[in-house]
Amino acid sequence: MTLTAQQLSEQQKTALITRLQALADDEIILAQRDSEWTGHAPILEEDIALANIAQDEIGHALMYLELRAALDGSDPDHLTYFRGPREYTNVQLVELPRGDWAFTMLRQYLYDAYEALYLDALRASTYAPLAEVAQKAVREEKFHLQHTALWVERLGLGTEESSRRMQDALNTLWLYTEQLFTRTQDEDALITAGITPDPATVKARWEELVRAHLERCQLQVPTVSPLRLSRDQHREDLIYLLTEMQSTAREFPDAQVW
Amino acid sequence: MTASQISSERIWQALSAVPDPEIPVVSITDMGMVRDVQVDGERVTVTFTPTFSGCPALHVIKGSIGEAVRGLGVQEVEVKSTLTPPWTTDWMNADARERLRQYGIAPPAPAGEQLITLEAEPTRCPRCGSLNVRMTASFGSTLCKRLYVCDSCKEPFEGFKSV
Repeated sequence: MTLTAQQLSEQQKTALITRLQALADDEIILAQRDSEWTGHAPILEEDIALANIAQDEIGHALMYLELRAALDGSDPDHLTYFRGPREYTNVQLVELPRGDWAFTMLRQYLYDAYEALYLDALRASTYAPLAEVAQKAVREEKFHLQHTALWVERLGLGTEESSRRMQDALNTLWLYTEQLFTRTQDEDALITAGITPDPATVKARWEELVRAHLERCQLQVPTVSPLRLSRDQHREDLIYLLTEMQSTAREFPDAQVW
Repeated sequence: MTASQISSERIWQALSAVPDPEIPVVSITDMGMVRDVQVDGERVTVTFTPTFSGCPALHVIKGSIGEAVRGLGVQEVEVKSTLTPPWTTDWMNADARERLRQYGIAPPAPAGEQLITLEAEPTRCPRCGSLNVRMTASFGSTLCKRLYVCDSCKEPFEGFKSV
């Protein structure tokens, strides 16, 4: 059965708005972190690649926010530029400072693998507009995953220094991956109705894919248990990130032309 | 002239002259971006589909569509975008592929159905036609392209991604 916006119950609508915002927030914050490399990446091609990836993620965020707008009339730009750190619902994985190149590529890889698999499952959403967005975004995500998987391989199997940096990055990042698969507020109502996939199912596929690749790249997955965090818990880092990202919009809130 | 006198064929024709802002040798209809044209009395509705969701040219394209249709004397133009079915490079026509090649951009290979894969699709050198090419960067100057070099003729070139 396919659902339209009118057929959603109030509870489903509220839960869906929360989930859409969480999906969008992860994309926005990660894109902002990636864009910090613009002009600073180790080689020109990678500067371009990361800018492309950031641009795609913002494109995905906009699609989610447009779906939200259709439900509650909210404004995507306003939500992005005028919410403070307490109102953002991104996972901590994406707000961690950008670190070195190994950290940046590994974070992006872990996220891309999650996003590609989440979107793959989301294509079966019973809420037609959401299935359409997933269908579109998954086609773009495969390019990110190809790119970052190669970097993990290159650095993991590269020099002593590159594999050490990669292992250091993995030791930190792995702790933050669990949060990607945590249910959002009242998401059970969405999962039961087939509107969004069960994050636990996505996690099972993700772990299989990621562990196999990391092992192939001679990286050891840490055995410590990942952090259990909710999406309203943030690090101080988010404050600085948002201050920079939102500065122009907040300075000139009435600007019509950029 | 009023919209009621305008046929959808004329509108399609006008739209076929709207260039892709990032690759001006092909038009938005060549790219398969225009999905539908509806003429309803005085009102024209054009539905298009974005190529890449984060493509910064989307706003320009939307504006150009409105302009092209208003250029025919139509007052009321609505430009809508749709995600279904998602745009694929398979919709690019043969003539456009050849123009891309002549322009130095390798046209996209068939997109196929396998969406998540770690292998890149085969690409030919637009200059000498060799398949002996290497991808040098998986992203390029725009979201829709990536960079290659041909090991036969040594030419560096851009290739269209298959989506």
